[in-house]
Amino acid sequence: MENKDKDYSHIKGWGIDADPKNDPTYPMRKRGNDDHTGYNWDRPTQQTETIEVLHSVERPNVTAVFGTSKPPKGLSGMIRRYAFQFGEGQFSHWLPLIVADRVDAIEGIVEDLKSGHIPNIFAEKGYKAQWKYNRTGVITKVAVATAVTTAVVLAFRRKCKD
Amino acid sequence: MTYRGPQRVRIEDKPMPEIQHPQDAIVRVTRACICGSDLHLYNGNVPDTRVGETFGHEFIGVVEDLGSEVTNLKVGDQVIVPFNIACGKCTFCKQELYGNCHESNPQATAVGGIFGYSHIAGGYNGGQAEYVRVPYANVGPVVIPDWMHPDDAVMLTDVVPTGYQAAEMGGIQKGDTVAIFGAGPIGIMAAKCAWLFGAGRVIVFDQEDYRLEFAQRYAQCETYNFRSLKDPVLFMKKTTDSLGADVCIDAVGAEAAGDVLQTITGRKTLMQAGSATALQWAINSAKKGGIVSVVGVYGPTGNLVPIGNAVNKGLTIRGNQASVKRLLPRLIEHVKNGVIDPKAMITHRIPLEEVADAYRIFSDKLDGCIKTVLIPPSAKV
Ligand SMILES: NC(=O)c1ccc[n+]([C@@H]2O[C@H](COP(=O)([O-])OP(=O)(O)OC[C@H]3O[C@@H](n4cnc5c(N)ncnc54)[C@H](O)[C@@H]3O)[C@@H](O)[C@H]2O)c1
Ligand SMILES: [Zn+2]
Ligand SMILES: [Zn+2]
Repeated sequence: MENKDKDYSHIKGWGIDADPKNDPTYPMRKRGNDDHTGYNWDRPTQQTETIEVLHSVERPNVTAVFGTSKPPKGLSGMIRRYAFQFGEGQFSHWLPLIVADRVDAIEGIVEDLKSGHIPNIFAEKGYKAQWKYNRTGVITKVAVATAVTTAVVLAFRRKCKD
Repeated sequence: MTYRGPQRVRIEDKPMPEIQHPQDAIVRVTRACICGSDLHLYNGNVPDTRVGETFGHEFIGVVEDLGSEVTNLKVGDQVIVPFNIACGKCTFCKQELYGNCHESNPQATAVGGIFGYSHIAGGYNGGQAEYVRVPYANVGPVVIPDWMHPDDAVMLTDVVPTGYQAAEMGGIQKGDTVAIFGAGPIGIMAAKCAWLFGAGRVIVFDQEDYRLEFAQRYAQCETYNFRSLKDPVLFMKKTTDSLGADVCIDAVGAEAAGDVLQTITGRKTLMQAGSATALQWAINSAKKGGIVSVVGVYGPTGNLVPIGNAVNKGLTIRGNQASVKRLLPRLIEHVKNGVIDPKAMITHRIPLEEVADAYRIFSDKLDGCIKTVLIPPSAKV
């Protein structure tokens, strides 16, 4: 419903892309009837698989191009291989992947230590910026953590005495 | 930069990327942004995010090397690189669904390849780096026009097209009331673009006052802090004659705050694919027969949304990754004519070497941060 009383002249570009035909709009606007022939388009050149690439069981192949940032490795890699046996709709696909991510983070620390590098987790978490811009937040967090730890320790001690 | 685990990132030296496919380009990055989408990765909420990956899907740069099949670019070209990796040949690319290419992401069929977005989106290293491999260089990259400022160019890789498409998918008709959840860069840009489609009222919700103030100035919209409203849905009903908004836009996604149950199940325990608070509010605030446009990103597992209400109200729900390449010609025109001023949204420029602090500032919304640009040491501009 057009509101004719309102003046939008202060808004630069108001209505310049208005188009009554914009509904139904993207993403279905360009849908043709020529897309019922299945997976038989003229595929781009296939990138050579120089690393292990896990692919979804919901497709027959590895896509023509793919990323090579981090092939699966170690224990996390074994979990990822397991996860990729299941369809994308399954929790048995996604949950192991989350577990693998956490294992990977630990493997990362071990790898760091092995190569003689002690990760500066304080710096990696950007706490310097937090200290600079949100000091009260940091102090509150530390205070809460200390209080909780003290409470737990005290409770534990009392229990031990009982 | 590399990812080391939840909320841990650092700078590392990596080998130079190489041409691995005849349609590849190697680009020297001159600007790379941090996006709300990166926060889902940073927080460890996206499955198959591997330690050692480099993030960054919003970048521009200079072409340094080209594969033998690339004919549309030459070495030395300065390019806008859309965040989607698209082949241009599959049935989806042919329909300009560049976010849904079937030849760029082996790991998941739902989404096409995205730079620096975990193995769920193809396992590509991203552009928060000095150099990056850009596949299908004939299809995605667009040469930056001479007159365009690099800060405007980098915002065209994602923020502007995504905000624009959020409004476009709302099918906005002249006079429509548009409610937008989220006053991050995407929500603010969606608010600006809603007017271009002729919206009659544009209302934006967030919990960060500084972002709402920015949105009000930048996009001339009404803004409300949902923390000060008991029930944002009830508020929307009251302000629309009890009917609801014609169009609701979710520009928040998985990191949403505002609902304890959603936060615990979605963000703290990962029992759902992120917290769906904004989407829930969008569905419940929409008028019967109205449209919900979703650009907020969620994980793949599933979310608690009031689908019964969506059915009973006869809503149309649309969503997608932005189809950047499709929208660039029109959006470049809008930047040229001063209709959209993307670089005004950039509040922070930080050397790439300080990436860990940059993520913390953007993620915790410190120092009045709206949008952060990382500048690699090799940028030379
Ligand atoms: N579909 C796409 O192509 C695409 C592209 C880019 C970004 N995105 C997604 O869009 C979303 C927003 O991106 P951004 O860069 O603006 O992120 P951002 O994190 O900077 O902004 C999100 C804003 O939402 C606010 N918020 C939190 N809970 C809310 C609620 N319940 N209601 C209203 N506001 C709430 C936050 O305070 C924040 O200001 C993210 O999910 C991102 O992944 C999608
Ligand atoms: Zn982005
Ligand atoms: Zn394609």
